[in-house]
Amino acid sequence: MTINTEMKVRVTEIRQVADKVKRFRFERAGGGPMPVFSGGAHVIVSMRDGKALRRNPYSLMSSPEDTKGYEISVLRVENSRGGSAFLHEKLKEGDELVLSQPVNLFPFDQRGKKHIMMAGGIGITPFIAMMEQMERGGKAFELYYAVRTRSHGAYWKELQQRYGAHRVKIYCDAEKLFIPVGKILANQPLGTHLYVCGPAGMINGVLGKASELGWPRQNLHAEEFLAPPPGKAFQVRLAKSNRAIDVAPHQSILEALEANGVDAPYLCRGGACGQCETGVVSCDGGLEHNDHFLEPDEKASGKKIMICVSRITGNAVTLDL
Amino acid sequence: MNITFRNETFRDDYTFRNSPGAIRRFPFPFHEDKYMYSVNMEPHVPAGPDGHAYNKPIDVDEHYLAEMDDRAKVLKEDPLRYQALPHMMAAQWDTLELLMEAQAAGYPGHFTLEKNGDQWRWINRPMGIDQAFTFGDASTLPMEPLEFITRQAQGDFVIVDQRDGQLWCDAGMVTTQADWSLDFDIGMNFHEWHGPVPLAHEIGVFDRALKFLLNLQQGKPVRRLNWTMTINPRLDTSPENYHKWGPDRATVTPENVGDKVHLRCELQSLWRLPRSNAILFVIRCYLIKMEELVTVPKWARRFHRVLRGLPPELVDYKGLTRYRPTTVEWLSKFDDGLPTSPGIYPE
Amino acid sequence: MLVAGIKSRPVYGGLNIDRHAMRHLFALEGEGALAVLDQVKAVGPDFLKHADILYAASGSKDQEHDRKLAALGADTFWLAPTIPVLLNRLNVMLGQAHMGAHIHLAGTEGFIGQAQQVAMNHGVDPASLHTEHRGSTARRVQCVHCKGITDNVTTSPYACSACGLSLLVRDHYSRRLGAFQGVCIDAEEPGSAPKPEELFP
Repeated sequence: MTINTEMKVRVTEIRQVADKVKRFRFERAGGGPMPVFSGGAHVIVSMRDGKALRRNPYSLMSSPEDTKGYEISVLRVENSRGGSAFLHEKLKEGDELVLSQPVNLFPFDQRGKKHIMMAGGIGITPFIAMMEQMERGGKAFELYYAVRTRSHGAYWKELQQRYGAHRVKIYCDAEKLFIPVGKILANQPLGTHLYVCGPAGMINGVLGKASELGWPRQNLHAEEFLAPPPGKAFQVRLAKSNRAIDVAPHQSILEALEANGVDAPYLCRGGACGQCETGVVSCDGGLEHNDHFLEPDEKASGKKIMICVSRITGNAVTLDL
Repeated sequence: MNITFRNETFRDDYTFRNSPGAIRRFPFPFHEDKYMYSVNMEPHVPAGPDGHAYNKPIDVDEHYLAEMDDRAKVLKEDPLRYQALPHMMAAQWDTLELLMEAQAAGYPGHFTLEKNGDQWRWINRPMGIDQAFTFGDASTLPMEPLEFITRQAQGDFVIVDQRDGQLWCDAGMVTTQADWSLDFDIGMNFHEWHGPVPLAHEIGVFDRALKFLLNLQQGKPVRRLNWTMTINPRLDTSPENYHKWGPDRATVTPENVGDKVHLRCELQSLWRLPRSNAILFVIRCYLIKMEELVTVPKWARRFHRVLRGLPPELVDYKGLTRYRPTTVEWLSKFDDGLPTSPGIYPE
Repeated sequence: MLVAGIKSRPVYGGLNIDRHAMRHLFALEGEGALAVLDQVKAVGPDFLKHADILYAASGSKDQEHDRKLAALGADTFWLAPTIPVLLNRLNVMLGQAHMGAHIHLAGTEGFIGQAQQVAMNHGVDPASLHTEHRGSTARRVQCVHCKGITDNVTTSPYACSACGLSLLVRDHYSRRLGAFQGVCIDAEEPGSAPKPEELFP
């Protein structure tokens, strides 16, 4: 057992698996095993793209017990801030990258008597690793997977083959087939847990329906990675180190700090984990909270900001850094 | 280098002693001349002078065999000291792997782990165990994986499940505890389980510790030291047996302080487990007699000052009320008032 | 001295009728009947159409709460002769229940604790239960030494009904056991136990 943090990896395989979706396999650059992980975990992929250093979170989709390598799948996003464009167009087999240790902010509840997963599009990836683990652990599960067209949907054929069409159900927008959420949720045994991963609209829709049907909060789980939303440029002032750093319209505060050699803690870079919570000393405008972590009263207080995804509407903010 | 294991007891005739080397490696818990609760976590990386308890991620020392023998006796009397809720099976295997790997890597002369896919073989030479099994298949071990490995590893072990922004104490092997009951506490969350601890809640220690632990990362274990005191070198100071060891607290006299009164240090290490996303708490207990402690002059001075200035709530909670004055008085002979150097290691 | 300010004491949030619940399952004991009667007054009787009520009168037999509950016209009402019999039926009903059913527990702390344990065995998160403490504040206490459970403890210290040790009732509660913890009060000086004090009438 080694005490280790970041892992240098080599890209050993890149495959187009569906329209706009590529799968990447990474193995340790110096050989040796990768850590086992738990289904639902993600890694932060650090990419050196010319002068820019990009760090994006991606769910691990390979088998959690496969210590030879990790796999992620990436959707090529229009208006990409750079991460998916870099991975799709620039990264080649044999290139080297750096991965963080796996972090799981979307684990399944081990107590669950049954697990229902609902995926939208590329939101399928954490469930692939989860199902692998659930199958091994003999857990009851079902997957409901919504895709735009059959050619846009990655992995659905393989998943149906592996787990059977009774457990893996595909709903295709183009065929006017939609996940019948209400019907599915109406008759589940006590102790069932529901997991949703996909676009914000889908997550809100499914969780809203579940709440309407009396499902308690404790049995509902969702993961949505927020890309840091762009905005207008502003300045960050660091109270302790007495520095001023400009944040560009397509940059997060965290990215701007890192580009200027200031290291701040982070785990998810998606507004979920709370690790990058930072004190706000003053701000000449409003705070634009884009995270899922702070409670509403904390957001309203104007005293805290999650610097991985949130911005300001004014010209300058002074942080307790 | 192989360890020479002592033949000693933690009950009845109490023959437990520390060798001079074991005294020097003792994880002394005070980095300054006073004590108050704090989150005090640091990365659990190898540290300290050669041979110190911090050198290896999972420490095995000269008391190994005697401690394992004491654990077996406790479990025979009271099997409830080992419990795991049904949803913790993945975490049990995680823990088995972690402890086997760490002991084999740290002490190759004593332990060997051979892996061939999921076909594993574990050799524990000091205890004479040679077990082939299938990783992940509990029916190939004589008992549950957590019980199997923690009967062969020093320290108490608690596995906490992470759910809904909380940590839940859902499995453990607890036979060397400082007065808490796994049977009672299993299933509790982090705040409930630490409920009886005075002062710490009010100063936000548990809120901060919880927030920290929820984001504990794989591959980055952390540690902290905690302490109490025990009369006679008794490992099993459980609440279950309090009516048996409680009377010992009234037996301390100025003549027997050096031999009877022990500082009890817990080296707690916390590990994010890979398959289960649970956290393993290792609570490793080290005992040292006052007469052993004062062979390190810095520790004698410092412990005297810490004990003398301890807040009354902590004196009460740690159960020191009856024998603290006698102990402080005895220790005062070893405190010449000179300043002590920072940090926990001997000078 | 009773150790005060301890955190594991459960917080009973009170019954509240969530209009989204598909069904309501009530397990009630003694004065817990009043918690439902109060809900009917507060939100009206509509929810009773989808409600199953299990009731054990326990120490409230003379109050005739069962007649008032029966008169509510819930979908089902069942009067259990004893708490264990009630818990047994609750267990079977939960095995047949679906997500969306809300579980309500009201009565003494010991009863809530035991019913909660039944629900947890069905994978129900205790935080999703509706609980309301009614009736005696007497405690169900587990002797940490012999593990014997004594019901209706009103004093501290008390004599363990199983092993006879004089036990201090700590404010430390196990939801798994549905009981508080009793610890020998005079271990350090046997025979020095103080007189019992009425603390949980």
